[in-house]
Amino acid sequence: MAVTHPAEVAAPDAARVRRPSRLLRNIPAKIASIPMVLIALVIFVGCTAWTVFYSFTKSGMLPRLQFVGLDQYDRLWSTPKWWTSIENLAIYGVLSMILTMALGFFLATLLDRKVRGEDVFRTIFLYPFALSFIVTGLAWQWILNPEFGIQAVVRSLGWEGFSFDPLHSRELVIYGILIAGIWQGTGLVMCIMLAGLRGIDEDIWKAARVDGIPTWKTYTHVVIPMMRPVFVTTLVLVASGVIKLYDLVKAQTDGGPGGASEVPAKYVMDSMFGAQNLGQGFAASTMMLLSVVIILIPWAYLEFGGKKRG
Amino acid sequence: MAEPATLGTVAAVDAIKERTGGVGYLEGPRGGRPRRVLTAHNVVLYGTLLVIAAYFLLPLWVMLVTSFKTMDEIRQGNIFAPPTEFTIFPWIKAWAQACTGINCDGLSRGFWNSVYILVPSVVVSIAVASVSGYTLANWRFKGSEAIFTILILGAFIPYQVMIYPIAILLGKVGLFGSLWGLVVVHTIFGMPLNVLLFRNYFSSVPEELFKAARVDGAGFWGIFFRIMLPMSLPIFVVSMIIQITGIWNDFLFGVIYTSNERYPMTVQLNNIVNSVQGTKEYNVNMAATLLTGLVPLAVYFASGKLFVRGIAAGAVKG
Repeated sequence: MAVTHPAEVAAPDAARVRRPSRLLRNIPAKIASIPMVLIALVIFVGCTAWTVFYSFTKSGMLPRLQFVGLDQYDRLWSTPKWWTSIENLAIYGVLSMILTMALGFFLATLLDRKVRGEDVFRTIFLYPFALSFIVTGLAWQWILNPEFGIQAVVRSLGWEGFSFDPLHSRELVIYGILIAGIWQGTGLVMCIMLAGLRGIDEDIWKAARVDGIPTWKTYTHVVIPMMRPVFVTTLVLVASGVIKLYDLVKAQTDGGPGGASEVPAKYVMDSMFGAQNLGQGFAASTMMLLSVVIILIPWAYLEFGGKKRG
Repeated sequence: MAEPATLGTVAAVDAIKERTGGVGYLEGPRGGRPRRVLTAHNVVLYGTLLVIAAYFLLPLWVMLVTSFKTMDEIRQGNIFAPPTEFTIFPWIKAWAQACTGINCDGLSRGFWNSVYILVPSVVVSIAVASVSGYTLANWRFKGSEAIFTILILGAFIPYQVMIYPIAILLGKVGLFGSLWGLVVVHTIFGMPLNVLLFRNYFSSVPEELFKAARVDGAGFWGIFFRIMLPMSLPIFVVSMIIQITGIWNDFLFGVIYTSNERYPMTVQLNNIVNSVQGTKEYNVNMAATLLTGLVPLAVYFASGKLFVRGIAAGAVKG
């Protein structure tokens, strides 16, 4: 007892000197990270879980803890408006990903050719990205206006039968929105791609030139494979933007004509704040979350696999 | 020893360099210029760029010319044509007289609402994000990487999933419908991107600097304010650009978390232009649209390369 006693006292003492208790280390850092931790846990995890949880209840005007299983989802998938929303999002999403990526990369390679006035061109291609979707939607709503816009101008030039009125056609309306979306989003893709191109080591270009490899082949065989992470990041950025598509539709068509340009985000908003049908809103937003997860899992898997290979 | 001038000449006659258009200097417009200006290659290159530039400029042009025309001219003329009778009246009407519902005091109300929302939101969101990024880069704690992962994944969660519970939480703390409620919301949703930016930036600061400061006895805040802040002015500007344009352009949160009197400019603009009552005054609508776009455009044109560098840096490093 008498022998062990000093040792017992000394041990925690030494421990305190060498490493104070984990929790008490760097207290200012821990206090400073409280907002971040709260946002991550309470909002991103907590609120998301809350919505998913309440999507299984019979919430109407107010959230109500009366479980109805998958009833809300049954109703959701038997609502034609929801199906239209999904179809529209699929068309808009796939096409805007392909087109903004292709056009963005194309523009980046053009600007990477040591173009005179590169700054001017880049400024022109990117300025729509600074504008809100509301402004974008209203501008294109005006340009696509059948009475005064492109259609009227072409007709006044003598081509009387010309018809270009996507915003008032049930079949074409989503493409009308797509035109505006691409106009707004391509500049961002271009900029990221250009940064990626500029980040490629000059020696690689030199080596390719020494070997006499044509420029286009250098792009397809060397540059694009090297830029894989940039492509993946951009694609994920574009995809996550697509799912959030709401303001643009709200401004350009407000879901019309006759609900032909509805999108999931708008369905959620309408159910929650218009129709006072919270349950439907929760179920629809959970489906949106699910689609994000479906996009993200293969991406994470791919990234993980890529790192193992590298 | 070759003179720099000689080297330039050698590079200029390099056959492959000629053929590839001289892409050796990826840093920017340095190095030898192409000799002939009107090669087929250049015609195609600049032709393509000009056509695409026209597509991108078209809406801005159309908005501008429409906003300076009278309604008579709009009804008769071509939307691409410049105004023959130049009038500034649509701008005045859009700013001071346009109606939303019963209020007929124009977009000025929305403008000032947006300003009141913007200033505190930008300050608070950047303060929180920069300190968080700094913690994640230099003061990792157990679970900090997990928190960071959650934040980044949070960027992908559709806003619609979180808006209702956030409204409840704001209601519980008495902030729902108030200006500060919206500030909190903008701070929350600005976190993922800005934390990523700051974390990446602070991680690239040499570790020796950080260690030296610690040895000299600087603590968490000391290092942040005396070493990190002075070094990271560019990233703060970038973050400010992102936040100003993002918050100014926000529509969704403005609709949900504010009420009629407090609607930001984007919401009011949409209500003015897409209102069903009355005859449509396209010139006023376009003036209103341009007015709303003016702030982010000004930020964009004033910041120039920094805007570009910011979004590119954030995306590529992430």
